[in-house]
Amino acid sequence: MDWKTLAAQLFPQGHDIVEKDCFLSGSASVDGQTVAVIGTAEHTPIGVEIALAQAQAVLKTVREHPGRPIVILVDTQGQRLRRRDEMLGINSYMAHLGKCIDLARRAGHKVIGLVYDQALSGGFITSGLMADACYALPDAAIRVMALPAMARITKVPEEKLVELAKSNPVFAPGAENYLRMGGVEAIWRGDLAAQLAQALAAGEPVDRRSETGLARGGRRLAHPVVQAVVAGTDARAP
Amino acid sequence: MNSYLEASARQRIAALFDAGSFEEFVPPSQRVVSPHLGQLGAPVSFDDGVIVGRATLHGMPVFAAAQEGGFMGGAVGEVHGAKLVGMLKRAIGEQAQAVILLLESGGVRLHEANAGLIAVSEVMRAVLDVRAAGIPVVVLIGGSNGCFGGMGIVARCANAVVMSEEGRLGMSGPEVIETANGVEEFDSRDRALVWRTTGGKHRYLLGDCQKIVADDIVAFRNAALEMAQACRKQPVELTLQALEAEQRMLAHRLQAYGEQPDALQIWHSMGIPDAAAVPMLDTDEFNRLAAQHRQGAA
Repeated sequence: MDWKTLAAQLFPQGHDIVEKDCFLSGSASVDGQTVAVIGTAEHTPIGVEIALAQAQAVLKTVREHPGRPIVILVDTQGQRLRRRDEMLGINSYMAHLGKCIDLARRAGHKVIGLVYDQALSGGFITSGLMADACYALPDAAIRVMALPAMARITKVPEEKLVELAKSNPVFAPGAENYLRMGGVEAIWRGDLAAQLAQALAAGEPVDRRSETGLARGGRRLAHPVVQAVVAGTDARAP
Repeated sequence: MNSYLEASARQRIAALFDAGSFEEFVPPSQRVVSPHLGQLGAPVSFDDGVIVGRATLHGMPVFAAAQEGGFMGGAVGEVHGAKLVGMLKRAIGEQAQAVILLLESGGVRLHEANAGLIAVSEVMRAVLDVRAAGIPVVVLIGGSNGCFGGMGIVARCANAVVMSEEGRLGMSGPEVIETANGVEEFDSRDRALVWRTTGGKHRYLLGDCQKIVADDIVAFRNAALEMAQACRKQPVELTLQALEAEQRMLAHRLQAYGEQPDALQIWHSMGIPDAAAVPMLDTDEFNRLAAQHRQGAA
């Protein structure tokens, strides 16, 4: 889905979001409340410039509009794979964006992420996955890597990965798999505006994704291992 | 000299903290292994490639983790990530004086890709929870696999990064970039180019690393203590002021060096007259030179 169509459905009460070089920013009205909107469009790779632009928008919101909720619209093919970005320290730019979102949360801003098209690895980890809760549209392509490339690197035949992906959400792309593992809170179908309003009302600052992943059966070991380490018990105990 | 680069994660832990002080959580005897690797016919490790626990460092009670580069490049899977998150949560509960992370990782473990990606984001948030609790987080990087992918981001969520010249810190490794965009973009076999793009000296000069040490575990040990103590003298948690300063630093970097073709030109722009000699300097010589030119650390 393109961002303008999305914005019209998400913010029927109006918005002033603008796009500049695939960077989205602006504000919108949700249930009569003003929210800040940041994001990316057209599956853009996340390079140093767009990471910094998003961070700037988050900091501006924290400084000028204390408490204003932040909605992050995610559509990216992942981090930009260029030597220049590495030389300039792209990991620092992405960490900076993640830290700015975390600061906003701790300062009392609700932060909601929405994957409306693509979300890949590095571009996702410092945007939607840093929100209080991340949601996705049904057709969203969320992944670390496509199965053919994964087959090459892991040296496991692609047919076997496809077969395993049917029973184990850990391998295959897709919003449903991230839902089962707790990385996506819910998949939005139908009235997007109403679901956004609900998400903003429900958002909480505690990270419960490993519990959710266990409850949904997609990540059965993460939460028990966290608990075993915290409690100093044997992780194999029932 | 006791090389950090050549040591295993367990050897690093043993030499870095006070002798006999390290207590491991969920040790290999519990055999908590990846639930996903077996299905792919890949070997498992009884610690899933990471050691977590508590120790003392020159008497200071700290929590710590060390990633083992020898097991799948230190990559993060479901169990590996959960051990890190559990240790970070427990550090808050037990009010550790500092958390020391010995990172060596290629990032997300592709064999359990989706779980690894979510796990790394949980580690990021847990690191920032530790900082919010007033506990400084210090990252050490000096292993042969470097610190890349999501763990390269985690490293820069810490209060301080200590590197050796041999250490590398970045997002995408040179092989990944070469595969995606060709050898003209990044020749992964050009070792000098690789090191001046992501190695310790360049990171220190840019301000992404707060201390550079020789490839020696004792040097890392002393630097870890020094940084933990220094971090406790300023706000440990994220603040708007500190992030606005970081925003300015990163914007300045882009403006000043964004058009430079190579780190050599960046160093020259910083005012280093003989930039080509930088890779050859030993740690002491380099530190003397860098003191006059390096960018402010955030």
